[in-house]
Amino acid sequence: MISRRDFLQASMAASAIYGASGFGEWGKLAAQQALTQDQLLEFDTFGNVSLIHVTDIHAQLKPIYFREPEINLGVGGNKGAVPHITGADFRRAYGIEDGSPSAYALTYNDFSALGQAYGKMGGMDRVSTVVNQIRAARPDALLLDGGDTWHGSYTCYHTEGQDVVNVMNMLKPDAMTFHWEFTLGSGRVRDIVNDLPFAALGQNIFDSEWDEPAEDFAPYKFFERGGVKIAVIGQAFPYMPIANPGWMFPEYSFGIRDQRMQEMVNEVRAAGAELVVCLSHNGFDVDKAMAGRVTGIDVILAGHTHDALPEPVLVGDTIIIASGSNGKFVSRVDLDVRDGKMMGFRHKLIPIFSDVIEPDAEVTAVIDEQRAPYEAELSEVLGRTADDTTLYRRGNFNGSWDDLICDALINEREADIAMSPGVRWGPSIMPGQDITREDLWNVTSMTYPNAYRTEMTGEFIHTILEDVADNLFNEDPYYQQGGDMVRIGGMGYRIDINKPIGERVSNLTLLKTGDSIDPSKTYMVAGWASVNEGTEGPPIWDVVENYIKNQGTVSVAPNTSVDVVGA
Amino acid sequence: MNFTRRNTLWMAMGTAIATVLPFKAFADVDADIAAFTGGAEIGSEGITLVAPEIAENGNTVPVEVNAPGAEAIMILAAGNPTPAVGTFNFGPLAGSQFASTRIRLAGTQDVVAIARMPDGSFVQASQEVKVTIGGCGG
Repeated sequence: MISRRDFLQASMAASAIYGASGFGEWGKLAAQQALTQDQLLEFDTFGNVSLIHVTDIHAQLKPIYFREPEINLGVGGNKGAVPHITGADFRRAYGIEDGSPSAYALTYNDFSALGQAYGKMGGMDRVSTVVNQIRAARPDALLLDGGDTWHGSYTCYHTEGQDVVNVMNMLKPDAMTFHWEFTLGSGRVRDIVNDLPFAALGQNIFDSEWDEPAEDFAPYKFFERGGVKIAVIGQAFPYMPIANPGWMFPEYSFGIRDQRMQEMVNEVRAAGAELVVCLSHNGFDVDKAMAGRVTGIDVILAGHTHDALPEPVLVGDTIIIASGSNGKFVSRVDLDVRDGKMMGFRHKLIPIFSDVIEPDAEVTAVIDEQRAPYEAELSEVLGRTADDTTLYRRGNFNGSWDDLICDALINEREADIAMSPGVRWGPSIMPGQDITREDLWNVTSMTYPNAYRTEMTGEFIHTILEDVADNLFNEDPYYQQGGDMVRIGGMGYRIDINKPIGERVSNLTLLKTGDSIDPSKTYMVAGWASVNEGTEGPPIWDVVENYIKNQGTVSVAPNTSVDVVGA
Repeated sequence: MNFTRRNTLWMAMGTAIATVLPFKAFADVDADIAAFTGGAEIGSEGITLVAPEIAENGNTVPVEVNAPGAEAIMILAAGNPTPAVGTFNFGPLAGSQFASTRIRLAGTQDVVAIARMPDGSFVQASQEVKVTIGGCGG
């Protein structure tokens, strides 16, 4: 008799072959100009349960360009492990041909050239088509949204998330968990959640006063699908009040709370759950660590760190699925659940090529309806990119979008040094492309946008870099917050990612003079996205808009000011 | 034991003030432990300490400790100027040997709980709690 583990392993191998051949095939098909929607969606329906996972959409309702990271370093046990491989290493690991559609979708190389050939990705009307197709094959498939959905665009900001809520409701999700949603303010989140036609989950969302589970969010929900009793347990972003302004949602406390996760798994199993799914916003490495500590979870649908992986990662008997960001991908996971156990799975990361997948016209209409009142503001052209400049954000240390934002802060706010947060959202702009106000808001929109200007000592600047670096490079994933390194303008530094906190960052240099940063000297620093209440200054989008308008054509030189050691 | 020493960072990114509290020597911690255990060897089974990996607010950090059968449990904040937090004593009729409280942490440090068992043995659990100026989420 074949054991459950053998089943998983056998199925894993089948999935890997399926994934690899499928990916390689697309390259050939695309070369023949024959990439079709049917090929992208091709899937032999398997088992008796289907899960559909979308996550980290960041309010991108329309197709976008999104360049995947060039540098995404893992430390400790995750050094060189998925998802901490990029570029050619990533393509080699998954059998992806250079220059293929998958290479364009999943890696950074030749991004602007491939982008011209393969076009934009995402668009919630295309995602809707994919969801509908999966439901045509499996009518009771579960659609699960990993959060970071109601944040990240001009219209989302001005409608306080309502535009995205209206569009997502068209797709009829079954459950959702949360992160940036809370930066709308807890009152607004409760207003939306109260009217939500699906489950709002988070086993780790607690009442901060009494340290008890918050009443507004259920820990889990049961679903009966394909004759299987499924429990979906929510896991919101654990470090909300630390990485984002806690004063905007003071009633809530978060944390990983894996002991309670175990209790919830035990509780749903005792209540008859045959399949346990964790809809998580932990971040990939935290999910991997949690899967090693909590037993009894069959599937973790991972979000937050924006990784897109063509195959599941297996930890014990738990499979972890990573579905990318910004609407670029949808994951389909088919499961064979029998006798109360997951006996096998089949998985596909479906890339949403917007020119290949037919938009769902009903959803397009709703998207356009949300945008209509703001169309004039959205479409105003602020400037354009030079032919040598792609604007992107993802990567551990810098991105050209952030370099531009830091340049704007230094020039418009007369500062020595600029700081821009290491968030992972924000689509890309191709060379020679108009930059509209919508594009600028896609990389800056937030509810705490004030661009501060303040004096800091060299010692304090160093302390900030050390602190943020430890959020990224602490060897224990439970101490990682899932963002990238704070972006710095006007200053260079050296970082050894394998050192402990306090010893990673050195050689701080003020670029305009070439002098070392003096710990006791004071520097004028401009930045934005402070988590402190009462931060003063103009919103960052006004600062950058002025700068882009003054520049006309924007050219960003490659950033060579961060010297990375130990990668 | 490996204690993490760090300057205290009360202000989030974007403000210019860093408070630096000098930590006293860790002799205080060793002295507190010696006073509680009488220098006995300390095991690690049978005690569970629950504390956040990263404190949401260093001024009020929830901690829970559970040591079934214990007579007394001492909690220490190893990096605080005064490490002793408190000792919970359980009588013979206590239904459980569980305690939860909130403590103030002067910076990133280990929180330590030591339980004295009825047979005179001791068990210990510890966890590093980070007090951070905050990063920027994805």
